[in-house]
Amino acid sequence: MTEVVLELAGVVKRFDENEVLRGVSITLHRHEVVCLIGASGSGKSTLLRCANLLETIDAGTISFLGQSLQDPRIDPDLVRHHIGMVFQSFNLFPHLSVLNNILIGPVYSLKRRRAEVREEALALLERIGLRDRADDYPDRLSGGQQQRVAIARSLAMRPTLLLLDEVTSALDPTLVGEVLDLLTDLAHQGTTMLIATHEMNFARDVANQVVYLDSGVLVEQGSPEEIFDHPKHQSTRNFLERVR
Amino acid sequence: MGRRGVVASALSSVIILGAIFAIFWFAPGGPTVRYFFFNPHLMWQAFVGDPHQGLLSVGKGLVTNLWMFTLSEVLVLILGLLIAWVRLSQSPVLFPFRVLATMYTDVFRGVPVLLVMYMVGFGLPELNLGFISNQSPAVYGCAVLTISYSAYVAEVYRAGVLSVPHGQLLAARSVGLTHTATMRRVILPQAVRTVIPPLLNDFVSLQKDTALVSVLGAIEATRAAQIYGDTVFNFSGYTVAAVLFLLLTIPMTRFTDHLIAHDRNRRLAGT
Repeated sequence: MTEVVLELAGVVKRFDENEVLRGVSITLHRHEVVCLIGASGSGKSTLLRCANLLETIDAGTISFLGQSLQDPRIDPDLVRHHIGMVFQSFNLFPHLSVLNNILIGPVYSLKRRRAEVREEALALLERIGLRDRADDYPDRLSGGQQQRVAIARSLAMRPTLLLLDEVTSALDPTLVGEVLDLLTDLAHQGTTMLIATHEMNFARDVANQVVYLDSGVLVEQGSPEEIFDHPKHQSTRNFLERVR
Repeated sequence: MGRRGVVASALSSVIILGAIFAIFWFAPGGPTVRYFFFNPHLMWQAFVGDPHQGLLSVGKGLVTNLWMFTLSEVLVLILGLLIAWVRLSQSPVLFPFRVLATMYTDVFRGVPVLLVMYMVGFGLPELNLGFISNQSPAVYGCAVLTISYSAYVAEVYRAGVLSVPHGQLLAARSVGLTHTATMRRVILPQAVRTVIPPLLNDFVSLQKDTALVSVLGAIEATRAAQIYGDTVFNFSGYTVAAVLFLLLTIPMTRFTDHLIAHDRNRRLAGT
């Protein structure tokens, strides 16, 4: 088996009295794509935010490349150099051009020279088909284009792991395809990804493993065939029935 | 605005302004008020001053207002930012400073500037503390304006930072930026746009409030007008001071309104 990139073991997260994650364990290997499915509020987003330390967990452990992230000597900013995240609402920086949105991480986090990263950034834009929009501001772009730029912004950091939080949920239905196509490409090129999604067909196509969460509990996990075609649990069946 | 609109607005302006002027002109005490407040000869005399009669120039007094305003403005921008930074900090070590900063903004937004003026201007000299107790009224005035207005400006800064959506912070941290880099590269550049109009508003206020330093005896425009009035028994000097303050503040008010309208148009354009 290939190297373990991310390992969650018994992760618990509470917001005040509300227990959002109740002992979730997931293992993600290099070049693997894991899709998290489940209703809104089932804890998918929280799980992703815990994985790149935007949230601290209350119990359990998360390790990244064999290193515990709960170790107090860990610098969260350095961990995030290796774990990219893409959001439902894009969150591009409106005061920066498309090119500068992509450069901000490499230049100000990795302290690389702008001239050197610029070529890479333009190549990334070429790859997502937006090379000619490099000098535009995000508000001139469609939702689908903005989300592709947001993905490019994460890729510019050359992350070991990419977290994607319902990245097509805020998009007009006609724009969902272009973003999913890009993610499918990434998957085929071996990008390690943890994806929270409501797009079941997409999950079936790209995922090595599908994880079903319900109210913060990991109900069931397995290959796309196991989850989508032969779900073992009633609650999984009910959920899949509802989203079809 | 169509042609009918232009005619209607011109007509209503003439009628309303005409009515106000008529009330003022034909009031029983109209001539008296015109003599005591709008005497052109005395207004000019108040503006330039007359050393032979011991009359101070209101125009020269305004120069004092100008430098007090400029100095306080710069200090307010710095102190306000410092207080806002403390209030927005999250480090547990800074907890006592956060409490102090919160108390500071509460107190100085609540106490009238005039009262702070009395306390500092008459209190500090009584302390007999050398340097601190030996300053001119204008310097105490600047200190008070800085102290009071920093409380307002700190809140303006803070509101500006809080107006930037939380997702921007999450996105910035997710590309590995530190807290400081996030502030500097992502949050502050966006906050500045929201903050400028209310900040300029506070500065218009600050310009006017330099007149309050007159209670400490600093010879600025209002004080010069008062001395003129007490000597000549005519208030035209006050009118001169009012006009001079207007000349100072109107460009700033217009500019602020222009910025607000510009920003509003930008938002309405859906950008």
